[in-house]
Amino acid sequence: MSEPVAALNGAIFAGGIADVWEVPLQGMITLRGDLANARLTKAVASVLSGKVPQPGRTTITADRGAAWMSPDEILILCAYDEASSTLAALEKALDGFHALVVNVSDARASFRVSGPPAREVMGKLCPVDLSPAAFTSGMFRRTRMAQVPAAFWLCDDDTFQVICFRSHAQYVFDLLSVASQGGSGVGVY
Amino acid sequence: MLILTCPVCSVTAEETEFHGGGEAHLTRFGPGASEEEFENYLFMRENPRGVHFERWRHVYGCGKWFHAARCTTTLEVFGTYPAQTLEPPKTLRAQISKKRPGWFWRGFE
Ligand SMILES: [Zn+2]
Repeated sequence: MSEPVAALNGAIFAGGIADVWEVPLQGMITLRGDLANARLTKAVASVLSGKVPQPGRTTITADRGAAWMSPDEILILCAYDEASSTLAALEKALDGFHALVVNVSDARASFRVSGPPAREVMGKLCPVDLSPAAFTSGMFRRTRMAQVPAAFWLCDDDTFQVICFRSHAQYVFDLLSVASQGGSGVGVY
Repeated sequence: MLILTCPVCSVTAEETEFHGGGEAHLTRFGPGASEEEFENYLFMRENPRGVHFERWRHVYGCGKWFHAARCTTTLEVFGTYPAQTLEPPKTLRAQISKKRPGWFWRGFE
């Protein structure tokens, strides 16, 4: 049997203005379909015991919940070893309904950026207003991180979780590490 | 720098989060069209100094296409509107007329 490993085997960057580390493998399921349809909201409610998130928002706490990706797509987070059973349950609940459910756990890498300057670190890389007033807990943002697509949300006031494609993992980790280097604080936020 | 608001997901961001998709509201001519119609569809584009209508895609965000009306000299964005629109919306045209009296684009004014 093959043993699943995270893209960078749990890489860590410490000693800078913010800490960066790779999050262990995480179950991720893409669900596409008419998000307003009762069949879909019911399926999400029964399988995840949660609601379909509002546009631009997430219901993720710790490693579970859902995030709004686009008007016809949400991303579901669960434990890595529960991904296939969650997928099967969703497929069953959506049987006959026009929707797409795919396990994308192995297609992604995920990082956390933590420390009081975390907003600055992210702000150096993304064209997003990350001031405490503009970007608040519960928001989910898909954007550009330097040259690659990424998405992130706030775990707590000083901690971001970032999701990117697995093939971009090293690039994103390097970006975050460089942006977190000691002495690189800007003092904007 | 262009600041665009995606009418699909309401996110406002600068242009690098988007990707330009060329001129808006082209009528497609395919098989059966005259050579002149096909040439016009394929090659002939407006190149205005001032009011212009374009297609944009929120490529790093929600991934959806939309339309934008902007000024090519000042980069002022007059407004964005859904992709499922066949011509510049009336209300937007009226707003543009207030800011750029006498503007003209592909038969619209
Ligand atoms: Zn968008």
